[in-house]
Order: sequence, then structure tokens, then C-alpha cells
Amino acid sequence: MSIPNDLKYTKSHEWVRLEDNGTATVGITQHAQELLGDMVFVETPTVGRKLNQGEECAVVESVKAAADVYAPIAGEVTAANPDLESSPQKINEDAYSAWLFKLKPVNVADLNSLLDAAGYQKILESEED
Amino acid sequence: MKTTSLNKTHHDMKAKMVDFGGWEMALHYGSQLDEHHNVRTDAGMFDVSHMLAVDINGKAARDFLRRLVANNVDKLTQPGKALYSCMLNLQGGVIDDLIIYFLTESHFRMVVNAGTADKDIAWMLARRDEIAPGLEITPRRDLAMIAVQGPNARAKVWQVIAGAQAATENLQLFQATTYDKYFIARTGYTGEDGFEIMLPSNDAAGFWRALNAAGVAPAGLGARDTLRLEAGMNLYGQDMDETTSPLESGLAWTVDLKSDRDFIGKQALLAIPVTKKLIGLILLERGVLRSHQKVSMQYDDSESEGEITSGGFSPTLNQSIALARLPLKVTAGDEVRVLVRDKMLRAKVVKYPFVRNGKSLI
Repeated sequence: MSIPNDLKYTKSHEWVRLEDNGTATVGITQHAQELLGDMVFVETPTVGRKLNQGEECAVVESVKAAADVYAPIAGEVTAANPDLESSPQKINEDAYSAWLFKLKPVNVADLNSLLDAAGYQKILESEED
Repeated sequence: MKTTSLNKTHHDMKAKMVDFGGWEMALHYGSQLDEHHNVRTDAGMFDVSHMLAVDINGKAARDFLRRLVANNVDKLTQPGKALYSCMLNLQGGVIDDLIIYFLTESHFRMVVNAGTADKDIAWMLARRDEIAPGLEITPRRDLAMIAVQGPNARAKVWQVIAGAQAATENLQLFQATTYDKYFIARTGYTGEDGFEIMLPSNDAAGFWRALNAAGVAPAGLGARDTLRLEAGMNLYGQDMDETTSPLESGLAWTVDLKSDRDFIGKQALLAIPVTKKLIGLILLERGVLRSHQKVSMQYDDSESEGEITSGGFSPTLNQSIALARLPLKVTAGDEVRVLVRDKMLRAKVVKYPFVRNGKSLI
């Protein structure tokens, strides 16, 4: 399974990409979508909501189960992906382009506390044991 | 974990395998939604070999079944005909739901659920010793079971089993026949036409491959669940179990209380008042109904409660549906509220099935 090198990750299977304009884009990983299966419902946070790191802020629901999505870092929601309401399967099709929401980080340095691709790979390997 | 004779085939076909009541079974082969739609529009196949066929042989077979199950096997007059029934405990709770095939007066075949098979056999052997000591009860783990379902299912089976068309094209719904090494029944758990086929385990992988080559797509337990939910068919352990009455589980039509016949559990069913019923729900807002979610409704200024027994996303209707056990006074058209995660969402009460033969009934 390929884990993009240019992203940061959480143990709870979110990915984060720092954009040139300083916002952080958040989605769920390929591993998470594989575990959940076909997506049928996505609930994204409202724009303007202020999130603490680790706060529940979105729900992805598949044919099989519902899963909470947690804010990888603290920040204010600046955008939510409008495509996912009508086409939640976009997460299955490409988990790393079907982003859920964008954040303006309180502190960009918080990103350093997240996992890099190699660190996330180790988490996945330990889950398989 | 227990495996079926198709286990390696599922792995070869890249199935996502899961533990299903102690059996390693295929959940899906890539997309549960695609598999669901295949069955509704064309043909799909399921390995259901974890379910158990049980042969009942002996002169007392029919008398034994008259006492053992809640439906009346005297409805079975034509060889090959099948009957759906519950097997009840003395309290009127459901030990299992099952299908009984009448083959000859001294040979009936029963198909029971996987997770309940051991307790079913133990119960049947104990009742056999009381009612009909000479009867032979034989679990048939030597048989594999493959369900081929969908509008094109029968035609594709006929392509694969040479000569089977003549033998099975006149089978009625809920009727079976033996052809060559196959036991072919026009039954299913999807709301579509098709066959459920038993055959020797050793031949299962070859048959599965041949069906696949004839254009039958494999489908997993995930699609099996969404298909049966749309079809309004009960799932043992969710919609009913040993603590629930079949009369409060949408199964009154399978319980024969009219005849004088005394079956196990009958006295309890007659003594206990029925206060709830199983009925359908359609979610009116975005979200997904799941089993065990609480349902609440207002009647006469008082709050009543119930619970979802099976819920999920309906791929055919593209919205969430459920079966729920609710107070008797609830009727189709009522609006209720369901606690979905942390929100109260509106749902409409409907009669089920939701889908039959590819078409929405809602």
C-alpha cells in the first residue's frame, strides 16, 4: 500500500497536507477507507468552527460502520469538501484526493507532532500483528 | 477459525475475509455496493456453506417435525416443496429460523443457520430421543451451499450445469429437486429469483469457477445483508433470538396457531400477550440507521419507545432503511424519531419489504 511521502498522518488514520497558503487539508487514509468499505454518508464540520487537536469533527459512514474523524491539529475550519455529500464514494476511489475539510492552524508547528509516512507505515504494521 | 471448501477460492479472488460467528467468510470482493447491484440487475453468487443441511430420515420424520417447529409441515404435500419456519423453545423464543424440504415421507432436509447449528443439533437430538427415538438426524457438513441470485441467475446456472434446465425450469418458488450431484432449490435470501444449490464440497470450487466464467459475480456477506434487509427478511440474532417471540418479530405468518397440532413453544405463545411488532423505517434525513438505535414516538401525549433490530444503507433506494421492533399501535405513515449517534433524526414508518425483484416497493 502506498503512503504518500508529502503528507502527515495520525494514529487515528487521518492525513494532513500543509498548503502553500498556510492552510492544512485533512482526509482519511487509504487504509481507513479499505477498513470501512463503501462509503455512503459523510458529515463534515461547519466552516468557522474552531477545533482542538483530537476533537471529533466529522463522521464517515460506510455500508459497514460509522467512524469518527478527529482534528489532527487545532485550528479553524475554512472549507468543507462539497462533493462528498452527494458522492461519498470519492473517498473509496482516491482517499488522498477526496479531502474532508481545510483548517487554518492555530500553530503550524503542531504539524511536527504528527507522523510522517514512515511512522504511519509502522503504525499499520503494528496493527496487523 | 472454521473454513468452507471455497476458502482458498475466496482468497484467490481477493476477498476481504472476516470472522463471521467463528467462520472465515468473504465480506466482499472489492465493492459491496457493486455486488449488491449485480444481484439486483444481473446475477451474483454467495458461498453459504457455513449454513448446515441436516437430513432427517425415518418413518416418524413428519410427526417429529409437526412437534418440533412452529410452522405446519402438513403444508408440504408435494415432494421437493420447502417451508420456512421457526424452531421455538418452551418459552416461545426462537432457537433458530430454518427451511425444511420435503423429499419423501421418510426423508426431510432442514437448513439451519451457521452460528446456531451446534445448539440446533443438540436440541433436535434431545427432542428426537423424547418424541421419535428411531429417527436418524444427520448433519451434512460434506455438502457445500452456493446461492446464485438475480434476474439472470437461473439462466446462468443452466449454462453451467448441462441438462439442468429441463430438470429445474418448472420448479416453483420454494421448491427443490435433485439433478445429478446437485440439490437445486428455487429459494434465496435476496428478494430476487435464483437458486440455492447444494453439492459435494469437493466439487464446489470447480462449480464456483464455472459460474464465474458464465458471468456470475461473487458477492460477500456484506451484500447479502443489504439485499436481505431490502427484501425485508429476518436475520437470526438481530431481528429475533431466544428471548423474542416470533409474533413480535414479523414472523406470525410462519406460526401455525390455527390447527390443533401442539408444537414446542405453542402454549407459551398463546399465554403471552403480543405488545410489539416488527415494522419498516425509512430515514428522512441524512445518516445511517443501525441495529440497536433507539426509536421514540409520541402517542396520546405519552412517549413510546422501540428499537431498531436491523438497519443499514439501502443501495437500491439510496437511503437508509431499517426493521424496528415498535409498539403495536404504530402504523405505516407515522413519523418517529431515531437516536442516530448523538442526533434525533426523523424516520417514516413503512410496510416492508422495501424491494422485490429489482423494484422499489416504497
